[in-house]
Amino acid sequence: MFGKLTLHSIPWDQPIPLIAAAIVGGALFATLVWTWRAGHIPYLWNEWITSVDHKRIGVMYCLFALVMLVRGFVDAAMMRSQQAIAEGNGGYLPPEHYDQIFSAHGTIMIFFVAMPFMIGIMNFVVPLQLGVRDVAFPTLNNVSFWLTASGALLINVSLVVGEFAKTGWLAYPPLSELRFSPGVGVDYYLWALQISGVGTLLSGVNLVTTILKMRAPGMGYTRMPMFCWTSLASNLLIVAAFPILTATLAMLLLDRYLGFHFFTNDLGGNQMMFVNLIWAWGHPEVYILILPAFGIFSEVVSTFSSKPLFGYRSMIVATMVICILSFMVWLHHFFTMGAGADVNGFFGVTTMIIAVPTGVKVFNWLFTMYGGRIRFHVPMMWAVAFMITFVIGGMTGVLLAVPPADFVLHNSLFLVAHFHNVIIGGVLFGAFAGYNYWFPKAFGFRLDEFWGKTAFWLWVVGFYVAFMPLYVLGLMGMTRRMQHYDVPEWQPWLILAAFGALMIAGGIASQVMQLYVSIKRRKDLADLSGDPWDGRSLEWITTSPPPPFNFAVLPNVKGEEAYWGIKSQARENRELSETPKYEAFSIPRNSPTGFVTAFFTTALGFAAVWHIWWLVILGFLGAWATFVVFAWRDENETEVTAEEARQLDDKRRAAKARMLDIPAEATA
Amino acid sequence: MPMLNHMLRWQTACVLAAAACAGCAPALLDPAGPVAAGEKTLLINSVAVMLGIVVPVILATVAFAWWFRVSNARAKHLPEWSYSGKLELLVWSVPLLVIIFLGGMGWIASHDLDPPRAIASKQRPLTVQVIALDWKWLFIYPEQGVASVNRLVIPAGTPVNFRITSATVMNSFFVPRLGSQIYAMAGMEAKLNLMADRPGRFRGLSAHYSGEGFSDMAFIVDAVPPRQFARWVATTRGQGAALTPQSYLALARHKSAERPFTYGSVPAGFFQAAVKQAGAPVHETDEGGRES
Amino acid sequence: MSADAIAAEQRAQGGDPHKLGRGDTPPSERGPAPKRIVVSYGFWIFLLTDFVMFAGFFAAYAVLAKATAGGPAARDIVELPLVGAETALLLASSFACGMAGIATAAKNRKWFQIAMAATAILGAGFLALEAHEFLTLIAEGHGPQRSAFLSAFFALVGCHGVHVTLGLLWLTTMMAQVQAKGFPDEIVRRIACFSLFWHALDIIWVALFTTVYLLGVAG
Repeated sequence: MFGKLTLHSIPWDQPIPLIAAAIVGGALFATLVWTWRAGHIPYLWNEWITSVDHKRIGVMYCLFALVMLVRGFVDAAMMRSQQAIAEGNGGYLPPEHYDQIFSAHGTIMIFFVAMPFMIGIMNFVVPLQLGVRDVAFPTLNNVSFWLTASGALLINVSLVVGEFAKTGWLAYPPLSELRFSPGVGVDYYLWALQISGVGTLLSGVNLVTTILKMRAPGMGYTRMPMFCWTSLASNLLIVAAFPILTATLAMLLLDRYLGFHFFTNDLGGNQMMFVNLIWAWGHPEVYILILPAFGIFSEVVSTFSSKPLFGYRSMIVATMVICILSFMVWLHHFFTMGAGADVNGFFGVTTMIIAVPTGVKVFNWLFTMYGGRIRFHVPMMWAVAFMITFVIGGMTGVLLAVPPADFVLHNSLFLVAHFHNVIIGGVLFGAFAGYNYWFPKAFGFRLDEFWGKTAFWLWVVGFYVAFMPLYVLGLMGMTRRMQHYDVPEWQPWLILAAFGALMIAGGIASQVMQLYVSIKRRKDLADLSGDPWDGRSLEWITTSPPPPFNFAVLPNVKGEEAYWGIKSQARENRELSETPKYEAFSIPRNSPTGFVTAFFTTALGFAAVWHIWWLVILGFLGAWATFVVFAWRDENETEVTAEEARQLDDKRRAAKARMLDIPAEATA
Repeated sequence: MPMLNHMLRWQTACVLAAAACAGCAPALLDPAGPVAAGEKTLLINSVAVMLGIVVPVILATVAFAWWFRVSNARAKHLPEWSYSGKLELLVWSVPLLVIIFLGGMGWIASHDLDPPRAIASKQRPLTVQVIALDWKWLFIYPEQGVASVNRLVIPAGTPVNFRITSATVMNSFFVPRLGSQIYAMAGMEAKLNLMADRPGRFRGLSAHYSGEGFSDMAFIVDAVPPRQFARWVATTRGQGAALTPQSYLALARHKSAERPFTYGSVPAGFFQAAVKQAGAPVHETDEGGRES
Repeated sequence: MSADAIAAEQRAQGGDPHKLGRGDTPPSERGPAPKRIVVSYGFWIFLLTDFVMFAGFFAAYAVLAKATAGGPAARDIVELPLVGAETALLLASSFACGMAGIATAAKNRKWFQIAMAATAILGAGFLALEAHEFLTLIAEGHGPQRSAFLSAFFALVGCHGVHVTLGLLWLTTMMAQVQAKGFPDEIVRRIACFSLFWHALDIIWVALFTTVYLLGVAG
């Protein structure tokens, strides 16, 4: 009836997950009850949960990512503290627990922090920058978000019902095969990633279609902001690479559930094939993560230097070269698997080549700063920290790309330091820059600068203190994923690293503080003009926050930096541009499809993990039925009348006139 | 903040102590064999070449950020400057040239330091067969007819041809001070050649996570003068347990780390047979879906 | 101005006598494409992702084709007459699907339903033959658990079969939708997507029977 699930599935003998689950569960429950009692549920349901507005969905993705960042960071703190004390002793986390922690840490950080953060920012910003009203498939967008949340829910449930995988975040066979991991942990991992993987894939389809087929009139490809170009490249990679992940994880599922032999040790299975397939996805994945961050920095450096981005066309070429090359380097993740000198050498060379366009980007950011008038608001601080930190991480990456160097550094803490160097220094710093930069656009008030700077310093210094020792430890011969060790010389460095993690915790706490203080002081921090940073791209022409339909009339784009051109002309002529002719238009209706589908997929995933077959069938049928019900909807859209559009646009124009200090009635 | 000061002082002491201790260069920068020496040279040369670009870029970043801050009225203001053909040429070609150089270096090094490549030496190479188990290492000396668990004794100044496999899941055979690691995979035989220049004791480990007892997979490498090696072989042969399919299975089933011990005899073809096996699982699921 | 308005304006000014809509504005600058195009384009991208997923299974098959572990190889399990029949049924169902597309353009409910029913029956016939093939192999002890080659075979061919099954589910839903609502724009767009999907499965099948069956018999 309940498959493999019994009362014994709950880890009664492990106090840490039980206490953690009790605290988190209690907090969630309390929050839910408070929200319900305060009467906010209808608002949340109508305005957020069922919203198909890309701005709302983007905000939900980012909030989700920030919450999961805390979850993943707790794992990191546990790992750092364990390693700081476990010299010559077992520490406080037994291997069964520690091994789940580092597996969960990697899985959560990549799939449920970095990806959603980037996807959330792309969701929010791209349609605004393209001058259109929404993405190509708004309801599908909502479904994508809730499928991602469904996957995360499964991973979090595994903490308290059953266990998580103990294989590392990529679950290599043979260890991840049923024979060596007979528990439910790997199954949780596989189903969570398959479900959220569908969400990510659909998101990729959505954004590629949007960028290629839906832009404001006049916005040819070479008039798109740089962030849209990097988003295009990133989503093309999602579309090309994620199906490989789906196929590979499906093969592992078939091995585990139906006794297939794709990767088993016996009857012809091939573990090396898993390694190849998974990294054929895995390498493009890291470019999926970093490209949007590059785009964010292009926007931020340009805006806060008060200069156009240097070498725009060169940046486009560099972006697309990175996009293509990212499919030609995957073997550098397993130089030590013994492919031979020719193969290793080839992939070493291609990996190094990909450093060239990346270097071009760094130079172009530098030259954007040159001759500018740089304002050091929080986003720009993150940009400068990124440029320094990422370059160091890139250097260690090129070092690892030399196969014989990798032979002694592979899987060591040097490797761990490298990828955290580029992911934190690149993706996370980019996410924080984007968060601070576009927050006023989303909510109508800026984030507090003092706490933003405090968070910045604690994060940046904390990062260096936490990860530079890991480079040293790698050179000292320490490998990754060790639950305990017997080399006293390593311990001081691990203690230092733990201290760095503590500083990062302070950084996270400062960010929480920043949000709290900003909300309290939102009247002082209000963004009344819609353009708090003297921006250059179209999102800044709207109000903060923009109306649901973004633009009353789609702007006519006449050159690069569409908004800067319009604003410069207004400044020069001391009058706003011509009032457009307003027409009625339709916007899509909200829909509970995503939320309900995710409910069924969570049930499906959970049931599949525990072999509760009747529930698997029910879950699948429920998800199918939800789609059919959605497809039967007669009323898909609501109309916005010309009058409504005109009224809202009048307010917007008045705010811009006030910002530019010109009389509102003066129009051509 | 006395607590913080105390912690900081203690940390500094530890760091200094670590730095001050003799022979304390990190393992990778203290090679004990030709392969590790080649890799160390490669590491240092590559980093030096790259620092030639990285350091100026970092300095320029800091310099530009500071000089072009909005409060600096003396800085040049070029509000429309966004293209320069000469600079484009420079930023594409300089990194490309560096990468071509590094790539060439990498290509040559990949061939020179290819794991199965024979090490030039007057000495006849020794063959050692390695089986990674959960969670210990078995070293078989086929020509000497002995085997050892968790302690690898090799003659200094003699190339060692390692043949590496796994009885269970993926591992990685790695002795940092001797050089390259290589994956140990069931059903496959990885070839790796290493040599210890001088006698010494080195640390070996598995560099690929393989489950619960992974942290215990360290092993001792003793490089000894050739005569001492011959003596070790002679005393080991015929002593203690024999390595047979039964004792091997018992070894495989035993979960926890082993204190080093030896087998006095090994049947011919044992390693080849082990390569073909799929290995015994070490977990049973308990009723609740969690592993015991 | 919308793209249609721009094009209309150009025509009004005497340009674009053949109504090609090109005029002076490059296509990339004409504003958002109409919904019909956006939906088809998005679905094409989705189909491409499906092709990539199949590519993963094709790659696994190529790697594992010789890993027979003492069991049967491709040439031992391939029955070309059966495959021929499956191919005929699938191609015929694609033809029927094409007919359904014509009926949609003519907004003819009756012929749409007949064509779709034919598509379904032929598709179901394909599935029945494939199920027979699989069950026979399993009964002989040549199921996917026997060897890595057989795992790859069953997964690749089975993945295609699962797509056909899901396609049939979608097909019946479309038949119900047209019965209830006729041919509003939205449903016409969905029928277009379904047709793309169904024909794409044909393309995959061609690649599949070439790689697995024909090359299996030859190699």
